[in-house]
Amino acid sequence: MLDVTFGIPLVVLSDVGQAISLLLIGGGLLWIFIRSLKAKEVDRRVVFLFIFFAVAAPILFPITFQEKATPIVKKLFDKVESLPAGSKVLIAFDFDPAMAPEVQPMANAFTRHCLVKGYKVIFMSLWATGQALLTQTLERVVKGEFPEKQEGVDYINLGYKAGNEGVLNVIVTNFRMMFPTDVNGVPLDSTAVFDGIKSCGDLDLIISVGGGKPGIKEWVLFVGDRVNVPMGAGVAAVVAPQLYPYYPKQLLGLLGGVKGAAEYESELVKHYSRFEHTDTPGLRMMGPQTLAHVVIMAFIVIGNISYFIGRRRERRR
Amino acid sequence: MRRTTIIAMAVVLGLFILSWILRSASYVTVQEHYLIGGLKVTFSAFLTLAILSFLYKDNPFYKFAEHLFVGVSAAFWMSMGFWTTIVGNLVPRISQSLSEFFQVPYQPGSYNFVYFIPVILGIMLLMRLSRNRGWLARWPLAFIVGTTAGLNFVRYLRSDFMEQVSATFVPLFVDWKGVGYFISHFSLSASGQFVAIVANWVIFLGVICGIIYFFFSKEHKGVFGAASRVGIWVLMITFGASFGYTVMGRISLLVGRITFLFRDWLGWIS
Repeated sequence: MLDVTFGIPLVVLSDVGQAISLLLIGGGLLWIFIRSLKAKEVDRRVVFLFIFFAVAAPILFPITFQEKATPIVKKLFDKVESLPAGSKVLIAFDFDPAMAPEVQPMANAFTRHCLVKGYKVIFMSLWATGQALLTQTLERVVKGEFPEKQEGVDYINLGYKAGNEGVLNVIVTNFRMMFPTDVNGVPLDSTAVFDGIKSCGDLDLIISVGGGKPGIKEWVLFVGDRVNVPMGAGVAAVVAPQLYPYYPKQLLGLLGGVKGAAEYESELVKHYSRFEHTDTPGLRMMGPQTLAHVVIMAFIVIGNISYFIGRRRERRR
Repeated sequence: MRRTTIIAMAVVLGLFILSWILRSASYVTVQEHYLIGGLKVTFSAFLTLAILSFLYKDNPFYKFAEHLFVGVSAAFWMSMGFWTTIVGNLVPRISQSLSEFFQVPYQPGSYNFVYFIPVILGIMLLMRLSRNRGWLARWPLAFIVGTTAGLNFVRYLRSDFMEQVSATFVPLFVDWKGVGYFISHFSLSASGQFVAIVANWVIFLGVICGIIYFFFSKEHKGVFGAASRVGIWVLMITFGASFGYTVMGRISLLVGRITFLFRDWLGWIS
């Protein structure tokens, strides 16, 4: 939402902004369509400009959509919802800053959900760049929204461990061999979270958030399938189609891209009133996503019309 | 250097300094000096715009940002490799004095001479840099390839082959309790019986037709040819879905960058 109001109520300003943006984008597309009909070329930079406007306008003047969880998201939400209090849940932050806008909202939503349900949460990362992002979640979500939760009792940060799938291959049988201490050097044996946890097999749920290698696939291959621990995942859109075959047998639920994040956030807000005023970046991003997709589809249609008209003209000659 | 290039660089430098001053003036944090904070945000915004400027055309600012990214990435991963693999994983297991030197918690009781094998293999890998001893690097490389193949073979065979084959054997009539029950409970809901049946038929036919498309020992004619054509449609729809998801992912990244520019740099949104 814009900070500056120029004396006009913010809601009105936002509506006017949305209308002007949509008019600009719609008018521009019409102009391009007419140019295409006249067989005039459209510079690729014009396409980039339109995408920029389509993404920037809903950020400045937010357009929000209602999201309804699809079964693949709902099943994961229901699983997290139905675990008994005190369950041990591992959340892996296997991503880097390049993926963060897409998958960090998922990681934050999972963290909120697990903490509000009173589960013991174990955080870790197989990506060196994931540790800094994990720290952000701990600062903003865990310490910011759940100040009553104690480190070592309600949650623990194991940090990053080098070794990719080698790490998984070890923790599937023994956590302490790879992580003798948490990220702060506190021995795992002295923490309440790790009471009764020897290996991944003792966990109640594993949630991997990522989109590269090592990531969800490695968690499924080296841990999920091996010890039959329920597994859920949040994944960057680019690799989501590769992971859908694991649903529902090897992954009980999957959040694909920002759409999956938005669906999970909407479920969370629907079930817990305390999150009504919490930032929901997944839902917020669906406005720019939708408008950008409409523009892209319009360009595909215009491009095809232009192509067929051009071909018809050539045949006539 | 051409005059226009010098003028362009001077303008960008001027805008950079102006942005730094303005951003620093409104930078409020107790964690760092406001000038440092302002510089960080301004420099991030400059790099973002420099990378995006490639969409217009190749230019020196893009080149600078690209080279900086490659250099910083290489340095970062080298540093991370040392501190997380050698210092993080090896040192606490082999030496108390080294652990104290690097200030990492020593793991008493975990000492094992086996840990020196990767050290030797690591040194052998570095022999690649030597012209005469370069052949020594082949041994650790062979070890890496062999170990990876061995580890992955079993896991992939079970998870990506056996489990996937098993997952394809789905009931074609989910919860079937007769035609009457099916019609009276007909629903187009995503969790309904009808959609579940359609989904399973799509999986069944999609897999069969997809396999037929890649079966080249028989000519693709007649029923076999029709199934093959359905197979190629299944593949195309899969690629289309993949492309759609890729677009969604890229747009999300663009949203992230534009939000950064509007919120953190320009302060237009809260």
